[in-house]
Amino acid sequence: MRKLLVILEKEFRQIFRNPAILRMVLVMPVMQLIIFPLAANYEVKNVLLSVVDHDHSSYSQKFISKISGSGYFKLADFSVSYDKALESIESGRADLIIEIPAGFERNLVKENTAPMLIAVNAVNGAKASLGGAYAASIIRDFNTDIQMEWIRLPKMNTQPTIDITSSNWYNPTMNYKLYMVPGILVTLLTLIGSFLASLNIVHEKEIGTIEQINVSPITKVEFILGKLIPFWVMGLVTLTLGLIVSWLFYSITPLGSIGLIYVFGMVFLFTLLGVGLLISTYAETQTQATFVSFFVMMLFMLLGGLYTPIESMPEWAKWITKINPVAYFIEVMRMIVLKGSSFSDVKIQFFSVLGLGVFFNSWAVLNYKKRS
Amino acid sequence: MKQFIIFVKKEFYHIFRDRKSLLIIIMMPIVQIILFGFALTNEIKNSNIAVLDYAKDESSAAIIQRLDASRYFNVYQTVNSSKEIEAAFKTGKVRLVVVFQPGFREALLHTNKAQVQLIADASDPNTATTVTNYASNIINDYQKELNALVQQPYMIKPEIRMLYNPQLKGAYNFVPGVMAMILILIAAMMTSVAIVREKEINTMEVILVSPLKPLLFIISKAIPYISLSLVNVITILIVSVTVLDVPINGSVFLLMGEAVLFIMTAVSLGLMISTFTKTQQEAQMISLMALFLPTLLLGGFMFPIENMPLPMQIISNGVPSKWFFLIVKDVMIKGLGFSAVWKHSLILLGMTIFLLAVSFKKFKIRLA
Repeated sequence: MRKLLVILEKEFRQIFRNPAILRMVLVMPVMQLIIFPLAANYEVKNVLLSVVDHDHSSYSQKFISKISGSGYFKLADFSVSYDKALESIESGRADLIIEIPAGFERNLVKENTAPMLIAVNAVNGAKASLGGAYAASIIRDFNTDIQMEWIRLPKMNTQPTIDITSSNWYNPTMNYKLYMVPGILVTLLTLIGSFLASLNIVHEKEIGTIEQINVSPITKVEFILGKLIPFWVMGLVTLTLGLIVSWLFYSITPLGSIGLIYVFGMVFLFTLLGVGLLISTYAETQTQATFVSFFVMMLFMLLGGLYTPIESMPEWAKWITKINPVAYFIEVMRMIVLKGSSFSDVKIQFFSVLGLGVFFNSWAVLNYKKRS
Repeated sequence: MKQFIIFVKKEFYHIFRDRKSLLIIIMMPIVQIILFGFALTNEIKNSNIAVLDYAKDESSAAIIQRLDASRYFNVYQTVNSSKEIEAAFKTGKVRLVVVFQPGFREALLHTNKAQVQLIADASDPNTATTVTNYASNIINDYQKELNALVQQPYMIKPEIRMLYNPQLKGAYNFVPGVMAMILILIAAMMTSVAIVREKEINTMEVILVSPLKPLLFIISKAIPYISLSLVNVITILIVSVTVLDVPINGSVFLLMGEAVLFIMTAVSLGLMISTFTKTQQEAQMISLMALFLPTLLLGGFMFPIENMPLPMQIISNGVPSKWFFLIVKDVMIKGLGFSAVWKHSLILLGMTIFLLAVSFKKFKIRLA
């Protein structure tokens, strides 16, 4: 126990004597958490519209004013031909082309049906399919409008209709920040935790001080614990700062228990630091440690469900998310903050992360050898 | 000139003699681009839903069956009371609950008005909107079929054409994005760490007393990392074409030229970071902590920049990967020529010159 205290003292001193690292661990997450949630918004609105109207009739006009007044679209320009409109898409001035063919109104009145071309820039698939869906639903509305105008529907509805009502629970104002802030907080915690831990032992290897530790009476477990605990404490400080920032700047207070967030955070950091230490025991130089932990961290984060939905991933990628502590913590953080989930709701995630933590840390201890 | 070549050689030796690092740097982008190219998509599909069916009749069963059959949904559980809805949401298993009122079919056929309620877990607003839309569409389709006998007059029939990416593959968007991200992070990190390493292990002194000019020293540090990053670009492109089926529609030479420009920007960024830091840890923290999130969030491939508040849109202009992402999208996917991307290229060039100027100015020939 005394030996552990001694090594802890050494580690803490090392951290506090390096103001650059300390600044980065304390200031950078706070700043990023304040700024970035403003940028994280998937909502698709202001789809830029380029209209090619070959008909110039009153119906084509009506349609154009309906679609540009819908709130989803913004009229970027009128083009004389489809090719010109395509140029607008190529230069990024427009996302969607609507081409109304000549004789649109005549066909609509005489033939009861008229074609129309919608072309969407689909490089960003999600945006394209939503933009296309918006356009289609506006056309549907427009169809009903004309029908109302042209045939007088009987007052009593003769067709069976299903009345769909929808409600949005937990976030009725559809505030995206409520959803992103807890996730970004986890991201920041991950960045800090994994890097500090992965560099630490390697640093000692590279500057040669590991020799001194290897000849000391400190045991392997004590040494690893001595490396773990300071970063674990700093991670918890970051978590606290993050929760304060989300409360001050985004007035987000967890619906569930804050204690549960901390308990989960402690286990999460334990696991994350274990991964970092493991990398550290394998790497010979800081360069290697840096690249490997960058690789692992990028996998953890991008496959963590914060940026793209996990259920849309192929099966094998879903399996990867099962050994991804970041995915668990992001999910749990959102559940506790937004839905007030209790321990029994998150126990599967809890024990999964704990299991992963025990696994990675024991591997790290086993792999750290006190001889070179 | 001979001195300069010797220094470049020295850097290459550094790289080639650390086999492990070299292997990591070459393999990492390949693995990442394959994983992310397949796994990342913004599309929402296979969402788990729950049904609360008080009606339990032919119509409600038909709708449930349709929801389950569509690629968007998977009926995960049946709940029996409104209390259980809360529980289903709290474990985070379902995104949407569909509620049918008692006597659904009765109401539909006799009073012509039946009610379906969709309750979405809106803690994720984007998914909530999308799944509500999808479910409404499926229910509307069912209703339309019931009405199939009644002729619908005056219809506009839209033909929807998906340009450049007819199958709406996520990879078309994420390959250029991830490529920009990997390149800038790796190149900046490699370069900054390499220079700071000389400071930290005290070999910098040897270099500073050598007759080589500071400018040439900086360039000799940059050249090997530029070449290594180019190898990364080539492997990434080969993998995206062969494994991910993302085509290169434009000119390969133009694409490579732009990649060289972007790598130079990234390497200059690394040089600048190295002049501000003293230890490898610091350099690496800055190149990752400070670059990772801005590149990811403001790079344009995750979140649409046009929806951000104006200050964020302005800040995003300072993120080099945003411009490279636009260039790659234009050249690789849309198949456009240099006339479409010259502005973006000019911006990247400007950034490179600025970063180089700053790092040259800050570079000290003295240790203390």
